[in-house]
Amino acid sequence: MRLLAAILALIMAPAYAVTLRWAAQNDILTMDPHSQNHATTHAIMQYAYEGLTRYSKDYQIEPCLATSWDKVSETQYRFHLRKGVKFHDGSPFTADDVVFSFGRIRQPQGTNQIYVAGIKEIKKIDDYTVDLLLEGPHPLLLKNIVDFRIMSKPWSEKNRSQSIQDYSKKEETFASRNTNGTGPYIIKGWEPDKRIVMTVNKEWWGKLDGNITDVVYTPIKSDATRVSALLSGEVDLVTDLPTQDVERLRKESALKILDGHEVRTIFIGLDQHNDELKYANVKGKNPFKDLRVRKALNMAVDREAIRKVTMRGLSIPAGIMIAPGVHGHSKDIDLVPRFDPAAAKKLLAEAGYPDGFEFTLDCPNNRYVNDEKICQALVSMWARAGLRVKLNAMQFATYIPKLLNFDTSAYMLGWGVPTFDGLYTLQSLVHTKTKGADGSFNQGRVSDPKLDELIDQLKVETDTKKRDALLKQGLEITRDQAYYVPLHHQMRPWAMKKGVTIVYSLDDRPQARFATVK
Amino acid sequence: MIFRRLWEHDLAWSFRRSPVTIVATGLTLICVGAALLAPWVSPQDPFDMAALNLSDAFTPPAWDEKGVGRYPLGTDNQGRDILSTIMHGARISLGVGLAAVLFALVLGVSLGLLAGYLGGRVDAIIMRIADVQLSFPAILIALLIDGVARVALPGDRHDELAIPVLVLAIGFAGWVQYARTVRGSTMVEKSKEYVQAARVIGRRPLAIMLSHVLPNVVGPVLVIATIHIATAVITEATLSFLGVGVPATRPSLGTLIRVGNEFLYSGEWWITLFPGIALVVLVLSVNLLGDWLRDALNPKLR
Repeated sequence: MRLLAAILALIMAPAYAVTLRWAAQNDILTMDPHSQNHATTHAIMQYAYEGLTRYSKDYQIEPCLATSWDKVSETQYRFHLRKGVKFHDGSPFTADDVVFSFGRIRQPQGTNQIYVAGIKEIKKIDDYTVDLLLEGPHPLLLKNIVDFRIMSKPWSEKNRSQSIQDYSKKEETFASRNTNGTGPYIIKGWEPDKRIVMTVNKEWWGKLDGNITDVVYTPIKSDATRVSALLSGEVDLVTDLPTQDVERLRKESALKILDGHEVRTIFIGLDQHNDELKYANVKGKNPFKDLRVRKALNMAVDREAIRKVTMRGLSIPAGIMIAPGVHGHSKDIDLVPRFDPAAAKKLLAEAGYPDGFEFTLDCPNNRYVNDEKICQALVSMWARAGLRVKLNAMQFATYIPKLLNFDTSAYMLGWGVPTFDGLYTLQSLVHTKTKGADGSFNQGRVSDPKLDELIDQLKVETDTKKRDALLKQGLEITRDQAYYVPLHHQMRPWAMKKGVTIVYSLDDRPQARFATVK
Repeated sequence: MIFRRLWEHDLAWSFRRSPVTIVATGLTLICVGAALLAPWVSPQDPFDMAALNLSDAFTPPAWDEKGVGRYPLGTDNQGRDILSTIMHGARISLGVGLAAVLFALVLGVSLGLLAGYLGGRVDAIIMRIADVQLSFPAILIALLIDGVARVALPGDRHDELAIPVLVLAIGFAGWVQYARTVRGSTMVEKSKEYVQAARVIGRRPLAIMLSHVLPNVVGPVLVIATIHIATAVITEATLSFLGVGVPATRPSLGTLIRVGNEFLYSGEWWITLFPGIALVVLVLSVNLLGDWLRDALNPKLR
């Protein structure tokens, strides 16, 4: 019998290794799954680690480490865990690991607490059942916990990695350099800035929807080098394509382009808190507190020109702060402000700035698609409305601390929505700044009591119809009050060899389990 | 007549006999003239943000069927006229180059004079530093100084201080050849009778160095300086191409080539090609002038 099984396994197992070689711009920051809320890090970590729920190919919630869940009450969910799942080191997955991971991800030195926001406690009922006790009704719970990844308690304890590394102090722990998850791929090695090598987890509980047995991820900073690597056949799949090269790659017969837009909106944030605007020439007041000025800034931006020229057609001009594909977005509220520099000038004059004023725009130069070029274009567009803008472009690594210290008067940021629901954006960007998840990236310190109330209501509203109405209202107020200057929703085509098939993901995270290479 | 004397001077004579030099001088004059007069003669002010129009971006050169007469060499990704950016860019490149050469010259000649005249321990120290520095490529030294300055200076002042830092970096990378040349000639001059005589009548060393030795050792320095201008412009362009030179908002030729390089694959070749040609023409003609000056001043070749 055993022999037969072995023979069967031999026949069924792929006879040879199939490698997917994937290149993108950035390297991961760490291998600790709870440490950094960073897109590339999550994109790689989801190969090795899993959560209780996950997204299917068409972005529906499906069971992952939990097989089913019941709603005991508005504030209590019972999750039944998958039996027989093993971590990569062979130890079994149990309720203890879930409870342990919950305690771990909430440690203050990590930046992923948002994924367990609203959960008060996780209680072990038995080895394969846990109860999630909530702070209040939580309509988005199942989506929110997708990126809450489960680590093995015994492994973490054995390797003294019960605490998240303190990334800001450059601390390294065993868990920041090694992985032990339950996921479909095992990370064999990470050479920072060089490559990450993964191989398929033969003991995985799930079934691959492709034929990839090995994955090699290569971060390649330079746009031209990354594209050349694809053209020369050194890699099979490239994400983070430079916009100017997409048209040419479309014409390559050996390649194909998978089009899609990311659920990320690029916008300019404005300091609406300080009484005197920093790095500006207006003394004693803050023009951005004036709705007319904010409206003028919006009207002076020619989003269509940015789409056509700077983005080469690879963006969707934005009027609201969430992208198509995020719940709450609809064409009839995503109204792009009319481009009218003359009217903008008039509004500025009405607000008391007939000759405009001077301020500084902070901008990252290695984070978003064409970030610095967009900022340069903004500087000249605003100049035509009479505003003299100084551009201060810098690396994202120095940019983020500056932003977190509120040391800015206008800044560019992109906001992706991992939960695919507009609440995530409103809560992080528009809600009054608090120490927790509310206003977590509201760096211009927008504060509107009416919106705060609306957002707090939105968090607990379980009636879908009422909730949708609230969401729409929240997005509309944000738009009409011009609290931000939304620019566009990013489109992120992927380029690959003809023989590669993969499912486009709205969060810009290619998954090898959905890929085949011929 | 002074013109007549100039015309018949042997430098002028060798100048007239070399058509290459005449062409090189012409080209240098055009480059320098365009750079100097850029604010007045360039068709557009590329630093005036309000004059830029994003919808004019990526216009090909005028002779292309999609080209426009307003932009003879086309526009870049922000709608800036390439011809104007080249003129303003050359201004910055040349300015940085000249300032760096001047800095290297003053530093190198002073140290060379000191080393050659004083000899002994001073000589040993200065020349060993020079030897060590010579074992590194100049561009590496410039990168090092630039990198250190970037870390040491406050972040929000990088852009305004970029040009002075660049001048210092290129200058420090190039002083050695001046020092070596001057030291050699100084050692020769030091043992000559006129220096001995000056010493005997009690002139102080500094005075002897400056008023007696210096005038007799600067000849070769001028030749080195001419050729060094070309090298300095290239070093500046290299640093800017690598992204550590002048900021993109006030582009030099190297920055323009770097920016244009991104669009080479997608077919907008003019953004990088024309600044590249301008750089080649500028450096080549200055180099040819330097070569000619070297040969013309070399008594062995007369």
